[in-house]
Amino acid sequence: MSLQQFMNEAISPWMKQDGPDSDIVLSSRIRLARNFSSIPFPTISSEDNLEKVLNFFNGEFRNESFRDYKNFEIVKMNDLQPIEKRVLVEKHLISPHLTNNSVHSASLISQNEQVSIMINEEDHIRIQLYFPGFQLDRALEQASQLDDWLEEKIDYAFDEKRGYLTACPTNVGTGMRASVMMHLPALAMTQQINRMTPAINQLGLVVRGIYGEGSEAVGSIFQISNQITLGKSEEDIVEDLHSVVKQLIDQERRARQALMHRSGIQLEDRIFRSYGVLKYGRIIESKEAAKCLSDLRLGIDLGFIDHVPKTILNELMVLTQPGFLQQYAKETLSPSERDIRRASLIRERLQLENKE
Amino acid sequence: MECQRCHNRPATVHLTQLMNGEKTEVHVCEKCAKEKGYMHDHEESFTLNDLLTGLFNYEPKQSFNGQQMDAQQQKEQLKCPTCGLTFQEFARAGKFGCAKCYETFDERLNPILRRVHSENTRHDGKIPRREGGNLHLRRQMDQYKSELVRLIEQEEFEEAAKIRDEIRSLDDQLQQREEGES
Repeated sequence: MSLQQFMNEAISPWMKQDGPDSDIVLSSRIRLARNFSSIPFPTISSEDNLEKVLNFFNGEFRNESFRDYKNFEIVKMNDLQPIEKRVLVEKHLISPHLTNNSVHSASLISQNEQVSIMINEEDHIRIQLYFPGFQLDRALEQASQLDDWLEEKIDYAFDEKRGYLTACPTNVGTGMRASVMMHLPALAMTQQINRMTPAINQLGLVVRGIYGEGSEAVGSIFQISNQITLGKSEEDIVEDLHSVVKQLIDQERRARQALMHRSGIQLEDRIFRSYGVLKYGRIIESKEAAKCLSDLRLGIDLGFIDHVPKTILNELMVLTQPGFLQQYAKETLSPSERDIRRASLIRERLQLENKE
Repeated sequence: MECQRCHNRPATVHLTQLMNGEKTEVHVCEKCAKEKGYMHDHEESFTLNDLLTGLFNYEPKQSFNGQQMDAQQQKEQLKCPTCGLTFQEFARAGKFGCAKCYETFDERLNPILRRVHSENTRHDGKIPRREGGNLHLRRQMDQYKSELVRLIEQEEFEEAAKIRDEIRSLDDQLQQREEGES
């Protein structure tokens, strides 16, 4: 299969669309945790009970459509090879936690891969919805409608005082985790992001690396999300997040301008060195790839490089991860083999642009 | 680099010890590190959840010894009738077993939720249409009541009368529903 073909199949359709503020915000996500009222949570549930939950979705929602989200396809964890699971995790369609769970874990994925409904993760149901760029309000609106649609058929565990009841007390209340993935190279380079994090935390929001809890910010990609789910409405939570993200966007743009002004040549040098590594390197580790891709994307945003599309960062961040590399190679690869494959895939991808 | 202790496996744990102002470096494999007590199994994956269970196990000290005993006994007896999870098990894992657990452990949850959710203990968000029961009506009622107070203060009596009628009709609806339920 050619790389072009592979890419077309590997990148979720929604990722290719442009969204508002997409020079800095890569994606907006809403996740809602829900449970059946009469079945114990997956954390302690018997296999029989988990099977009940899975069967409900297997029958009721297969090939259902909800608005733009056509033909929900059910993907059972039990039917997948380890590499296939990994690919789904790398596409953020399922969580690593889901892959370790019971044989009755699955995910319902919409045709455009914008929505996935994880079944028997930590909670019975986790609705997850992505939008390109900065569109939290829209994501919340659609997630809530999707939630209403499910609620017509499912008796949710809900309590007047505590709200939506979840397995973990950190999710109770709205059950909602709203998050925004941001590319903040200038704030990272100038270490300003470290100084801003405590203030953001005080608002009940958290700043994390791209792969969530405990991970570091590889390639200057940060995830900002709400920590608090109780005592605030969904709209208020999203509004808080919205205002912080808006400020971060402003600060990042300002920091980029300041960097250009103060050390333009150093910045240009860094960008082109990274571009050189990507274009000519023969062995590239994932961390180095992430750093260089971040620099390349910054170079595109700042106008230093004009013949490479800016979606390249999103695209290659996904494609150069271990699962995808192995799927593309159609074989299991050792870490050092992966570094070689990664380098050649990136070179191939960049050449694709040169031909056009 | 090979492990200094077993000279068998590669050294993956590197420690710098400071003793009496003297610095020594230790390079050992994971197995030896565990055996020597340099690291514990849990250290490899210290997650947010570990941090949380630490919080849950915190029990405020009682002022009288007698009461402390009672509280201890109570704690041991607290067990969810639906899924069988005890409070101790919940505190250890940091996860509830089922929806009923929230009711069973209700009295003990506020301090935990306060810590996790910046002092908040009550839901103020979305209400599901069916499971939400009369909560929709009651929230609407609260809204009307504060609206009524505002209108009366501003001496907009005509508007206030309309709201008063709305409240009455909501009240009727609520009573009918509650009678239907009981």
